Amino acid sequence: MNAELVLFWLFAVGTIGSAVGVIFVRNPVASAMSLVASFFFLAGIYVLLWAHTIAVLQVLVYAGAIMVLFLFVIMLLSLTDTGPIAHVSPSRIAGALATAGLLVALVMAFRKLPSSDTVSWASDAGQLATFGTIKQLGAVLYTQWLFPFEAVSLLLLVAIVGAVVVAKARV
Amino acid sequence: MPVVPTVNYLILAAALFCVGMLGVLIRRNALVVFMCIELMLNAANLTFLAFARERGDVTGHISPFFIIAVAAAEAAVGLAIVISVFRNRGTVNIEEIQSMKH
Repeated sequence: MNAELVLFWLFAVGTIGSAVGVIFVRNPVASAMSLVASFFFLAGIYVLLWAHTIAVLQVLVYAGAIMVLFLFVIMLLSLTDTGPIAHVSPSRIAGALATAGLLVALVMAFRKLPSSDTVSWASDAGQLATFGTIKQLGAVLYTQWLFPFEAVSLLLLVAIVGAVVVAKARV
Repeated sequence: MPVVPTVNYLILAAALFCVGMLGVLIRRNALVVFMCIELMLNAANLTFLAFARERGDVTGHISPFFIIAVAAAEAAVGLAIVISVFRNRGTVNIEEIQSMKH
């Protein structure tokens, strides 16, 4: 059992464990902290996938900015959550069954994929050294994907204005 | 060079997506439902990155980049809606917010 496999299982169990914690913890602040833990474990998984740039973005943007926004809103509303986290109702039971069915179907479908024990292109040391670096990512982003990149900046601007307009008491 | 097979990452992504989906379907708190949507988006990111490594194609890293940016926009607007609903109704329980149900 090599180190990569050990790390994979460590991060995988951490990710799923803290994701389950998000659902089954009553206090919303505890839910949010559990989600932060899940994002950190997931960043570790991204590093194992040789996606270092995305792993850093994950920690900066998700675990940093977005979760601070969540915690800010939770504390602003000062929610007092009483009662069970979910009432048992026919629609909820149907939802849980549908989720379990989807998981079983996906796992069975993935098990049928042709197995590839090695990533064949990785024997090329030159390609491996540059894969997923911020230099290579930037070269692709600013040439091939320049228009979507600019469109996303516009989307963020619209979201800023929209959030202010929606959250304001009187416009 | 032995590496963890891609199918392990795909099954992890499927499990993460299903945990998020379960949370969206059973939780009553709108904020926790939002957090579970973030979990589902991350499952999609993980699938993109797994196939990017499988194929050696860095284009698979571009999609998670855009997904993270869109998730930030979605969180900002969604939380503004939650604040607005809380101001008008005094609750974020999605069982009590059903004026558009009929």
